[in-house]
Amino acid sequence: MMAALLISLLLMLAAPVASAQEDVPVSEIIFEHIGDDYEWHITEWKGRHVAIPLPVIVKSSTGWHVFSSARIRHGEEYEGLRIDPESGKIVDTATGKRPLDISITKNVLSLMFSSLLLLVIVLLTARWYRRHDSLEEAPTGLAAAMEPLVMMVHNMARENIGEEDYRRYSPYLCMAFLWILLNNFLGIIPFFPGGANLTGNIAITLVLALCTFFTVNLTGTKHYYKDIFAPDVPGFLKPIMPVIEVFSALMKPVSLTIRLFANMLAGHIMILCMVCVIFIMAKYGPLLGGGMTVVSVLFGVFLDALECLVAFIQAYVFTMLSSIYIGLARSHGE
Amino acid sequence: MNLVTPDSGLLFWMIVIFGIVFFLLAKFGFPIITRSVDERSARIDKSLKDARDIEERMASWTQKEAKMREDARKGQALMLREAAEEKNRIIADARSAAKSEADKLLADARTSIAAEKESALRDVRREVALLGVEVAEKVLREELSGADAQRAYLEKMLDEAAKADTIK
Repeated sequence: MMAALLISLLLMLAAPVASAQEDVPVSEIIFEHIGDDYEWHITEWKGRHVAIPLPVIVKSSTGWHVFSSARIRHGEEYEGLRIDPESGKIVDTATGKRPLDISITKNVLSLMFSSLLLLVIVLLTARWYRRHDSLEEAPTGLAAAMEPLVMMVHNMARENIGEEDYRRYSPYLCMAFLWILLNNFLGIIPFFPGGANLTGNIAITLVLALCTFFTVNLTGTKHYYKDIFAPDVPGFLKPIMPVIEVFSALMKPVSLTIRLFANMLAGHIMILCMVCVIFIMAKYGPLLGGGMTVVSVLFGVFLDALECLVAFIQAYVFTMLSSIYIGLARSHGE
Repeated sequence: MNLVTPDSGLLFWMIVIFGIVFFLLAKFGFPIITRSVDERSARIDKSLKDARDIEERMASWTQKEAKMREDARKGQALMLREAAEEKNRIIADARSAAKSEADKLLADARTSIAAEKESALRDVRREVALLGVEVAEKVLREELSGADAQRAYLEKMLDEAAKADTIK
């Protein structure tokens, strides 16, 4: 609820420039929020661009270049590099090609921040257990908050993977769940250091899905591989089944990638659209504009609440599917 | 804006950062938490089981105690009855022993009394007989001073003797 109000507040600060005469550039606003950027745009204040410039780290044909993104913010060329206005990425001015680009972008900074936050939270929780005798005391504070989440995933791993070796996989599943959950929630918070659309970025979800993919396929049992390459099926199915099974194994990470990515992206876009409606309707006069403002704020609140739910559900679904896939790969047959 | 093309820079950072954080947390974070909580749940399970066991044992003890008390009461009653019977028997024995002793004494006394009486009577009879003989001697001496009288008397004596024989 706060988030919706704050988004509208931020856009109100940003809007006057745009909405004064011309149409509201809805798609620009939306893509700026859900996309990546070389700077962290915070707001427009009295016509001035308020943003945190981030370091650009690029290896082009002329070697490594490290400089502040403020130097190329408005499309200027610097050290033979500029931001391509079409793709929004840094390109080599001479060749027009993409150099090796590991800049600390908005998403990378958010990634660092959220990972550090998760690290601190979990290590502090672990410290509580290290310093207290958990057999004698009930956890308090942070430990009490984190314990149900961690144990939920731990027990899910036990159920889906089996008593035998779930302990090996439980840390990865806990990590994936808490990391996705934290970033989903940080994505809903509309102001710095939240607001980056990290779990709605396909590179991030791809890495997560590949982690699950490699965990599943590098630690599978003989029985699992036999089921893929030599399943017990009637003779005429024998040549077809391996193809289907391999395809299905490859599709699992794809579905994991797309599910999380699309869900989070859609949520962000829906909320942003609701907020943009306010500025689109503003030029139709105070009555219509005011009326629609009330409606879209109500819808924004609803969508934000929905997103909180989705944030949890998607983290849970990703973790549950991962644990089920691992459980299937750890099966020893009947 | 190409939303569905993974950006290589972000991929690189994601792999590095996620990898580092995962390594640290898998080593120093999650296992400590889950182990502690697992230990605690194991302990809670054990405590609950212990409590149930103790409850069951208590119940069986209570039952056993009640049974023992019941047995003791029965035993007590039995012993009391036996003791009463014993008492009665002893009393009866004593009584019968005393009675038979008394009877025996009585019988002895009776026999000795009878014997005493017999001998006393015999003595008396002898005395009386002697006295009678003396008196009869004296009377006879007086009366049989004549020959007739002596004869008459002799005859009379013979009659009597004969009579006594016939009676016998």
